[in-house]
Amino acid sequence: MSAETKEVTTAVEAKLIPIYVMGKKYEVPDSLTIMKAIEYAGYKYIRGCGCRGGVCGACSTVYRKPGDYKIYTGLACQTVVEPEMYLTQLPFYPAIRATYNFHELEGKPEEIFELYPELFRCVACNACSKVCPMDVEVMDYVSALKRGDIVEAAKISFDCIQCGLCASRCYGEMPQYHIAQLARRLAGAYLTPRAEHLKTMCANIDGGRFKEGLDSLKAMDVDMLKSTYQERELEPATAGEDWAPKDSTYL
Amino acid sequence: MSISYYPGCTLKTKAKNLETSALAAMKELGIEVEELDRWNCCGAVYSLADDDLIHIIAPVRDLIRVKERGHDTVITLCSMCYNTLARANELMKTDEEKRKTINMFMDEEQDYAGEVRVVHLFDYLRDDYGWDKLKEKIKKPLDGLKVGPYYGCTLLRPKEVALDRPDSPSIFEKFLEILGAEVSNFPLATQCCGTYQAIGNPDAATKISYEILTDAVAHGAEALALTCPLCDYNLGKRQNIMKDKIEGAPEVPVYYFTQLLAVALGLPAEDCHFELNRESAVNLLKEKSYI
Repeated sequence: MSAETKEVTTAVEAKLIPIYVMGKKYEVPDSLTIMKAIEYAGYKYIRGCGCRGGVCGACSTVYRKPGDYKIYTGLACQTVVEPEMYLTQLPFYPAIRATYNFHELEGKPEEIFELYPELFRCVACNACSKVCPMDVEVMDYVSALKRGDIVEAAKISFDCIQCGLCASRCYGEMPQYHIAQLARRLAGAYLTPRAEHLKTMCANIDGGRFKEGLDSLKAMDVDMLKSTYQERELEPATAGEDWAPKDSTYL
Repeated sequence: MSISYYPGCTLKTKAKNLETSALAAMKELGIEVEELDRWNCCGAVYSLADDDLIHIIAPVRDLIRVKERGHDTVITLCSMCYNTLARANELMKTDEEKRKTINMFMDEEQDYAGEVRVVHLFDYLRDDYGWDKLKEKIKKPLDGLKVGPYYGCTLLRPKEVALDRPDSPSIFEKFLEILGAEVSNFPLATQCCGTYQAIGNPDAATKISYEILTDAVAHGAEALALTCPLCDYNLGKRQNIMKDKIEGAPEVPVYYFTQLLAVALGLPAEDCHFELNRESAVNLLKEKSYI
């Protein structure tokens, strides 16, 4: 076919593929995410939809593909539809969160063991890690906690968005993501090294180190404020670690 | 070639004194071990139900981690971890049908067929390192320390994974002799300490622990050596409760075998974390001027 005879069309026709939402078949454009496909099919989200950016954990989806025994999961806002997929949204999964007064805790492993004794029901089946839409090695952080390594558990679980899918698959019926949240809280508050220079800086602020500068800024009119801002000394993009501004009054 | 080291959960918290003394001793002996970078709880108790394969997953997964590293041997210190890993390994080696089921279940891992050798530090010292070589390394023989070797259950039972003859073992005795200690044999050395009765029926655990301790003392032991954190819980830490419940209950210093090894190798007491033992344990060593 020559270039002259080829018809040029500007409108792009979406290819429609069949998907099954809670068992009912819909034809949806193949380029949509699951979330948009569900909306395309006529559903309206009241819950189970949050940031639409893959970080809030509200739109967990569980699906299967034809001829495949595996359970697949994803965030509806991030996962593109596939032909013949059977899916359902799982925006919430019941999981008991222990009650504690955080300031009475000290960051000891035994505190987690007492609040979440079901931790020891883990049989290392790894169903939790397999189902995690964020690829968190859930079983590995559960293992770390069982041996009392809270900091390691906090590191491994860092990407957790608390969607709850791990809890839905747990053989030991534990709420992994709540336990991991406690681990991260304890690690952050009690177990990671403190930024000692922050204390000095806070003391400086309390001691009035910046009062004069702030007062002079507050006394400026708008034009003066603008020109002061525009004429400020900028750190060059190529500056090394030893770079310092000419005016070091407030350093 | 260095070998994998599987610590087990308790050795990272309550039984740190077992781990630190063992690692220091192995380093001194030139035994190079690498802790697995990924490992999970072995399950602590090997499931006896024939079709309960879900509880075999955990130890097999750990053995797969060893295989992944390209190591052919994994060394353990806790006798319960040893027992669980070794029995799971036996199953994977010998039972084709269950092996297939387990491998299919763990479809995210490589297949495993028992390629790794599971050892306890005891049989490693005997079979790989050698008693004679160990003897040469002893700097502070524990002369005059009368120690009862407490085996407990899991080093010797069942026979498929036993380190020694279950009916008349001698590996612990030989080890203590090399350290220079005087071995006090006692009949209840292979009797169960009560294990998890400590939770459901603590009085039963107290009673049986009392029997074991008094038996050891009656046969001349002034201290007990053992290999398992749960045995230590029942025979060591439980002595406080025992004294409240039973009049005349003895005070018996209890050590992990690796602590006595570290002391005999002349390593600093800090390596042994004696603050996690009974106070009498560190006192006896000081009294005898070993530390």
